[in-house]
Amino acid sequence: MPSSKSFALCRHLFVLENDLNPNEDRATTPCGGKSCQCATPAASAEPVLPEVKPSRRGFLKAGGAALSVSSLMGTAALMAKSDDVKATVEWAEHFQSNYRLMTDAEKAEARARLEKRYSAQYSKKVTVDGTEAAAGVLMGYALNIKKCIGCRRCVKACVEENNQSRGEKPGERIEWIQVLRMERGEFSKDKMNQGYPEGLGIQVGGNAYTPTGAVLEGQYHYEPEAVPEKDANYMPIACMQCEKPPCVKVCPVRTTYREADGPVVIDYNWCIGCRMCMSACPYWARRMNVTTPVLPKEDMNPVTHYLGNRPRMRGVVEKCHWCLQRTRQGRYPACVEVCPVGARKFGNLLDPASEVSQILARKNVFRLKAELNTFPKFLYFYD
Amino acid sequence: MNKPISFVSDYWRYVLTGGTKFYSWMGFLAVLSAIALYGFYLQNTEGLIVTGLTSQIHDGLYYANLVFLVGVAAGAVTIVFPAYIYHNEAMHKVSVLGEMLAISAVVMVMLFVFAHMGRPDRLWHMFPFVGIFNMPGSMLAWDVLVLNGYLMLNFACGFYYLFAKYSGTEVNKKIFMPLIYISIVWALSIHTVTAFLVATMPARPMWHHSMMPIRFIVTAFAAGPCLIILIFRIIRSNTKFWIEDAAINLLSVIVTWCLGLALFLSLSEVVIELYARTEHANGLYYLMFGLHGLTNLVPWFWGSLTAMLIAFAMFLTPSIRTNQKLLPISCVLAFGGIWVEKGMGLIVPGFIPVPSAK
Repeated sequence: MPSSKSFALCRHLFVLENDLNPNEDRATTPCGGKSCQCATPAASAEPVLPEVKPSRRGFLKAGGAALSVSSLMGTAALMAKSDDVKATVEWAEHFQSNYRLMTDAEKAEARARLEKRYSAQYSKKVTVDGTEAAAGVLMGYALNIKKCIGCRRCVKACVEENNQSRGEKPGERIEWIQVLRMERGEFSKDKMNQGYPEGLGIQVGGNAYTPTGAVLEGQYHYEPEAVPEKDANYMPIACMQCEKPPCVKVCPVRTTYREADGPVVIDYNWCIGCRMCMSACPYWARRMNVTTPVLPKEDMNPVTHYLGNRPRMRGVVEKCHWCLQRTRQGRYPACVEVCPVGARKFGNLLDPASEVSQILARKNVFRLKAELNTFPKFLYFYD
Repeated sequence: MNKPISFVSDYWRYVLTGGTKFYSWMGFLAVLSAIALYGFYLQNTEGLIVTGLTSQIHDGLYYANLVFLVGVAAGAVTIVFPAYIYHNEAMHKVSVLGEMLAISAVVMVMLFVFAHMGRPDRLWHMFPFVGIFNMPGSMLAWDVLVLNGYLMLNFACGFYYLFAKYSGTEVNKKIFMPLIYISIVWALSIHTVTAFLVATMPARPMWHHSMMPIRFIVTAFAAGPCLIILIFRIIRSNTKFWIEDAAINLLSVIVTWCLGLALFLSLSEVVIELYARTEHANGLYYLMFGLHGLTNLVPWFWGSLTAMLIAFAMFLTPSIRTNQKLLPISCVLAFGGIWVEKGMGLIVPGFIPVPSAK
C-alpha cells in the first residue's frame, strides 16, 4: 500500500493492450498498466481494521451516543436469542447509528458485522474496508469530451466493480454512468427559406431547431452497430461530486454527506429512501433500489468499502462514489482504468503534479451546469 | 373529573354508530383500506417496483398527490378563517368540521409519505435525539415539522371545542383564540413549505420559481372549499346536522376568488414560459402540445384547463353560484380540474425532460 496515498502515483495515460478485454483481470491489474510504477496494492483483500484508539474525546462521546446505541444493540442481540448468526447480525444492523457519527470502535463493529453477513450471503470471503480520507487529498476527475467514443465500457466496468443490481426488468438494472448520445445536427440549404412568421420577414430561421451542441438533450438508449458514429458525439455523465452538493442539503437524515477528500457518499444503512436527493440532483446521478438488488453470487465483487461498493439493500439510494474501495488505496476508479481511449483522468487536485491538476492548468476546462453553483469536481475538457 | 373519560367513550360510541348508509360506507372504506394495506405489504416485501412505474414518473405522481392532499388540509382554513376573524355566524357553527377535515387530510398526507418511503422501518432515523433531524437544511424536515404542528393544532382546537360543547361549558377564549389564530397562519405555512419543498430545487427548472407558494395556496383555497361544499351537501341531506346556505354561499365566493387567481397565475406562466420558449419551458410545452412525439398528457392539460374555465364561469355568475342544484357540478369541475392540473400539469413534467427517460 502506498504510504503517501496521493494520486500522483500513476502517470501513464493509458495502455492499449489491456483494453480489448477490459473486464478480464480488472481486479488484479490496478491502474491497468503493466509498465506502471505504482505499487500494486493488495486490493484490500485482507483489510486491516483501523486500530481502535480509545481517545479521551472518543470515550466521552461514547458515553453519550454509544451508550444508547450499543446498549440497544446488545439488548437487541439478547432479545433475538437466536443461534442463527445471520439473523442476529441483521437484527443488530437495524439499530446501528449513522456511520459518520460512530466511534472508531462502532465503525469497526459495523463493518465486521457486514463482512459476516455478506460472506454468508455470497458464499465467499467478503471484505468491507473502512479506510478514511487521507490528509492533503482532494479527489478530482477530468473527462476529455473530445476523445469519448461512446463505447460504454465505463458503464459496464462500473456495474461490475460496484455491485449494482443487474436484472433484466426495468428498475432491476442500475447504472451510475450515463453516456448521452448527442446528434451533430445539420444546417441545410432546403430550410433556408423556411421558418416563421412568413410575410412579415422571417424572425425564426428554418435551421433554428437543429440539435447542434445541445447539452443534456441527448439520447441515453442508443444501439449502434459500431462506435463512434459519424453523426453523433458523446457526453458521459455521472455523479459530479459537487463541492456544494444539493443532494446533501436536502437529505432529511444526513445519510448522504461529503467526505473530507471530496466524494459525496451515502450510508446505505441510514438511508430512509425518501428520494429527495434524487429530485435535487441536477445531473440525474442517483438511483433508487426499487426492489431487492439482483446480484448473482459469482458476479459479486468481494472487495468493498463501507461507503462505497458494498452490496446495497432494497429501498435505498445509491450513486457513484469514485470507487472509494480503490481510490482510497491509491488506485484508479474502474471507469478510468477501462476507458480504451484514455478520455477519463483522475487524481489529487491538491497535488500540482497529478494529471487532473495538469489538465486544469493547461487545457480548456468546463463544468456541467456551472450556473447552478454546485461546483462539481468532475470536470470536462478538450484538447 | 370523569368528564374527559366519558367524553372519549361517548365520542367513540357516537362516531361508531349509524344507519345502514353509514355502515355500508364504512365497510366500503374498510375494503379500500385492506387493499391499500396489502399494497403496502407488497411494497415492503417486493419493493416500490410493484407500483409498476419507472422511478421518474412514480416520483412525479407521488409529489403531485402529496401536494394535492396538503392543499386539501390547508383548504380547511377557509372555514375557520371567516368563522373566527369575520365572526361569520353560519361558518362558526360548522368550523369544527373544517378542523376535522384538516386532521384527516394531514393524516392522509403523513400516511402517504410514509407509504412511499423506501425504508419505512427506518423512520426513527428522522426522530430528533435518537436519529438525525436535518433541521435547518432539509426542506422535507421543515415539512414534517409544519405538518405535525398543523395536525396537533387542529386536534387541540377541534376536540377542545367538542369537549366544551359536550360538557356544556364555554370555551376558554384565552387559550382557544390564540390557538385558532396560530392555526390559521399555520395553514398557510403547510402549503408554503410544501411549495418550497419542490421549488427549492433548481435541478427541476419548471418548479424553480417563486410563484410556486402562492399558486399552491390559491389552488388549495379553490379545491379545498369545493370538496367542503360537496361534503356539506352530503352531510346536510343525510344527517340531522343542518348547514346553512349562507355557509355554502360564502365558500362559493372564496372558490370564485381563488379559482380566478389560480387561472391568472396559470396563464401568466404560459405567457412567461412560452414567450422565450427556452429549454426550461419544455415541461409546459410538452403538456400543451407534446414534445418529441410524446403527447400522452396533452388531452389532460386541455381537459383540466377547460374544466377550470367552465367552473370559473359558473362560479362567476351569481345565479349559478347560488343555485344549489348546479353548484355541485361546478365544484366537481373545479376540484377535478385542479387535481389534474397539479397531478399531471405541475409535477410530472417537472421530471419529464430527462435525457434518460425512455
